Amino acid sequence: MTDILNAFSHITSLLVIPGLAYASQLAFGALGVTLIFGVLRFSNFAHAEGMSLATMFCILITVWLQGASVSIAPLPTALIAMFLAIPLVALVFIGTDRALYKHFRAINAKPEVFMIVSAGIMLISNGVIRVVIGPEGQSFADGERFILTAREFREWTGLTEALVLKTSQLLSIVLALIAGGLLFWFLNRTQMGRSMRAYSDNRNLALLSGVDPNKIVWVTWILVAVLSVMGGVLFGLDKGYRPFVFQQMLLPMFAAAVVGGLGSPVGAVVGSMVVAFSELLLTFAWKKFLAYLLPTGLAPESLMQILATEYKFAISFLILVIVLLIKPTGLFGRATK
Amino acid sequence: MKKPMLPLLLGTTVMLANPAMAEDIKLGVLFGFTGPIESLTPPMAGAAELATKEVNDSGLLLDGSTVVLVQADSTCIDSGAATAAAERLVTSDKVAAIVGADCSGVTTAVLNNVAVPNDILMISPSATSPALAADTDNGLFFRTAPSDARQGELLALVLIERDIKTVAVSYTNNDYGKGFADAFTAAYEEAGGTATLVSPHDDGKADYSAEVSALSVAGGEVLVVLGYADQGGFGIMQGALDSGTFDTFAGGDGMHSKILIERLGDDLNVFGTVPWSVGLGAEKFDEYAAAAGKESDSSFVRETYDATALILLAMQKAGSAENAAGSVTDVANAPGEKIYPGELAKGLQILKDGGEIDYVGASDVELIGTGESAGSYREFENRDGSFETVRMLLAE
Repeated sequence: MTDILNAFSHITSLLVIPGLAYASQLAFGALGVTLIFGVLRFSNFAHAEGMSLATMFCILITVWLQGASVSIAPLPTALIAMFLAIPLVALVFIGTDRALYKHFRAINAKPEVFMIVSAGIMLISNGVIRVVIGPEGQSFADGERFILTAREFREWTGLTEALVLKTSQLLSIVLALIAGGLLFWFLNRTQMGRSMRAYSDNRNLALLSGVDPNKIVWVTWILVAVLSVMGGVLFGLDKGYRPFVFQQMLLPMFAAAVVGGLGSPVGAVVGSMVVAFSELLLTFAWKKFLAYLLPTGLAPESLMQILATEYKFAISFLILVIVLLIKPTGLFGRATK
Repeated sequence: MKKPMLPLLLGTTVMLANPAMAEDIKLGVLFGFTGPIESLTPPMAGAAELATKEVNDSGLLLDGSTVVLVQADSTCIDSGAATAAAERLVTSDKVAAIVGADCSGVTTAVLNNVAVPNDILMISPSATSPALAADTDNGLFFRTAPSDARQGELLALVLIERDIKTVAVSYTNNDYGKGFADAFTAAYEEAGGTATLVSPHDDGKADYSAEVSALSVAGGEVLVVLGYADQGGFGIMQGALDSGTFDTFAGGDGMHSKILIERLGDDLNVFGTVPWSVGLGAEKFDEYAAAAGKESDSSFVRETYDATALILLAMQKAGSAENAAGSVTDVANAPGEKIYPGELAKGLQILKDGGEIDYVGASDVELIGTGESAGSYREFENRDGSFETVRMLLAE
């Protein structure tokens, strides 16, 4: 019995919880990517930098709040800062749109042109972040780091394998559920959300029905700002903020969005799960898990990994390639004309 | 600024046009004056000038020869450019030896393509890759910087002496990390330890939970992290601490950073090795460089002074500028009178009189293996929020 509990605790602590937290953080990014693709019709390469920029604002506000000794311990101060950062980031995104994308929409530029423009914005944001907060890592997490530490768990249960739960992991999962729920409610149940979906489905028909395109664009950027701030901050709380790490998330984020079908919000969430758990499951060392469950003589000698961890990054690529070859529209995408 | 350029330019032209006069010895200085380490190289070049000036002022080198330095750009990363620059130093400037190159990659290229074919002595102050220890240099290559392999051996020694018999190793996925990990694992297993898993991590990654879970499953008393404290090394350590699978860590020079303690807390259990200059040589060099108005505490400055001094002393010992390579180890190691920075004249005089010297220099030079500095390291440990020296690990 103890063995089964140990195996369960081991796999929850090292596989299930980190996987869910990582998937939640990816989902925020993938939802942003998919919204922009669905409504504005381009692949936003600046999305990762946008998240980094959003986190940067949030860190600056957090530091200011900490200085004014505002605290909601045991929760991190960054949670309040998040709400203050959202309007700022939304302003930045809408400003960028007014200054650049608006022009290209007016001249009906091809999606490829938008993509290149977004790459340009990525480089500019990169420079801005470098100037404002510098390229080094920042630590802005405060409050209680753990809900369940390894030591506490071992003392309570007497198991060898500890089940660890970090505040940031639980926050990521809970907030992703809340934000995802609200987003689906917004898109499916409100007039504005329906207009957005109509605009995304068939732009001309929507315009003929009297949908205001400027309003759609604005609301999209505001939603993207909310998602970017939340995703960036939760990721930063969980793994520490380093400005240029978000660039490494761009590929998994796009892979998640593509797996689910670009333009499909449900797809983005499912895709994030697929990407996060593929990375973890394929590189997970099953040795201990099997050793607990199998009879003593049969315990494996090797680590029982399917892939060594150094190939982890290739998994996103692989998923992307497989999906594009077999089902280019993704799991929940519709075929485009 | 225009006028002073003219004589300089003329001087260069004359130098290039005329074959070197009998008593002039040319020394190439091949550093990355442009490229990723361009901020480090000017102080290094300054140290080479310091040693040269000292020798020239004494007037004792090979019956009063004068040493002239010729600088060339190694770029640090472009092997083609570095080889071309070295080729020019050898064929058109006719240098007798080269101080350099700096980065490991270009040093390997220059050594194989230029130094070995032309029989030119090279002493690098800063190439640390273990790959350069391979014995294919015909005895022409030395370095005053210790190889990363040496640090791997010392770290293994530290662990064994702490009676730690099983470890898991995570290294940063580049030449430094790979070389370090290979050297460490080989030495550690030879000494009776077991590395349960030796796996790389990439810097700048978004998520390290997969790496951490593999390391935890493999297990071990200590997690050895051979990476960078502000990069993946930190991510791995944080992940391992959070999951409660490791509470003690060991690391190399890349992990020797206050960042670890600042972010992971005062009671972090971490120890390891880091190159550390102490003692008479380093102190004397600081004083001597300060008096000459040169920088002394920048990276590899001490090693550059020593590389230049070793070349010149070896020439004196060999009695000619061309066959110095065979004498480098003689002047660098015991037996003989110890020579410290600022005492090159004394060393030259002893050699001239047929005596023996043991060059100590600024970085405590002791050449081991195939001609690399043993280096001095300290074993460090976190005690109440700062890294303290446990002991110095000197060359035997």
